[in-house]
Amino acid sequence: MDPELPFLTIGEMGMLRDIYLKDGHTVIVLTPTYSGCPATDIISKDSLKAARVVDPNAEVEISLRPAWTTDWISEETRLKMTENGISPPIGESHDRAFLTGDGKVVPCPLCKSKNTKMVSAFGSTACKASFTCLDCMEPFEHFKCI
Amino acid sequence: MTNIQFRETLIRLGDDSLILAQRLAEWCGHAPILEEDIALTNIALDLLGRAQNYLKLAGELFDPVKSDDDLAYHRDAGEFRNLLLLEQPNGHFGDTICRQFLFDYFSLLRAEHLSSQTVNEYVAAIAAKAVKEIRYHAYYSSKWIKRLGDGTAESHDKIQGSLDNLWKYTHEMFAVDDFDRASIEAGLLPELSELKQVWAKRVGEVISEATLTIPSNPNMEIGGRQGEHTPHLAVMLEEMQVLPRTYPGTTW
Repeated sequence: MDPELPFLTIGEMGMLRDIYLKDGHTVIVLTPTYSGCPATDIISKDSLKAARVVDPNAEVEISLRPAWTTDWISEETRLKMTENGISPPIGESHDRAFLTGDGKVVPCPLCKSKNTKMVSAFGSTACKASFTCLDCMEPFEHFKCI
Repeated sequence: MTNIQFRETLIRLGDDSLILAQRLAEWCGHAPILEEDIALTNIALDLLGRAQNYLKLAGELFDPVKSDDDLAYHRDAGEFRNLLLLEQPNGHFGDTICRQFLFDYFSLLRAEHLSSQTVNEYVAAIAAKAVKEIRYHAYYSSKWIKRLGDGTAESHDKIQGSLDNLWKYTHEMFAVDDFDRASIEAGLLPELSELKQVWAKRVGEVISEATLTIPSNPNMEIGGRQGEHTPHLAVMLEEMQVLPRTYPGTTW
């Protein structure tokens, strides 16, 4: 699971790209979300630990290409984010407006109001931006579309 | 392009990211408001990740092999190859934003080329990730340039002052020495003179929208690529490197 989003698995996050056998041992392929995401290291170690229960020779391979994108997060997972109070990425990453949130309606995950405002393009982790709901006045985090 | 030339290019790419990451990290706990503190350190984190990737790759080309930490913590100022712009002190918030803005627009163009070149696949992968992140950084820094430039009289004067002070370091981004020439001819680095035109146009648009003026003909300063740095770098490195140098081989 993702240590910052413990209700999601790394599969749901789109970080677990592949698992294959190489010369008789298991290889887990992971793609980090952001270049400097500190969780990458923890996730690699946790994955290795879990895999070695089954295969003591398992390895983790970090794959940078193709670069991770929120397009790999399914609709079902996005719903799960909302249920856990995080506003999911909206739409697909190739639309530039989605990157910045400019002119985009980001509904409040708590009261569902569409009357919200971006407070900062950055948030508590590399993958999120900070918003405030102007109706229920709660601050919330929005998963950046990248 | 020889192995040494390739390694030098990687060190330059890595050092640009590392030095700016460290500068931005100095804001941690000190930025004007919490949101900006988070923004600057988020950008620092992206840069740090990129620095690690480039320096790891560079380290493998040394004999014996060096780690990214060896390169970050056990080189003196004269061995660093970053742009002079990036080692300049944070100054006030506007100075930091101006430094970021001038670099982001260059860095984005460079990364776009690096991600599409076919000389080295691993560099292309690092850069493909970087492109997405830098777009976001450039969005942030250019918005602030407009907000401060076209803001109050005081914010306008301050950010104009930042631009006046930092502009003299912009030529270096596009200056080409023998190492760069070899990388450009191999197709790894973009033709920097062509990049300059695109950069000047895009940066110029933001500057004019921000009601700011590009300073006319300052004396351009270069030297970072050859290890001739401003005195600020050594002071910064002293803090960055103190722990691993005082306790060699220490771990968490």
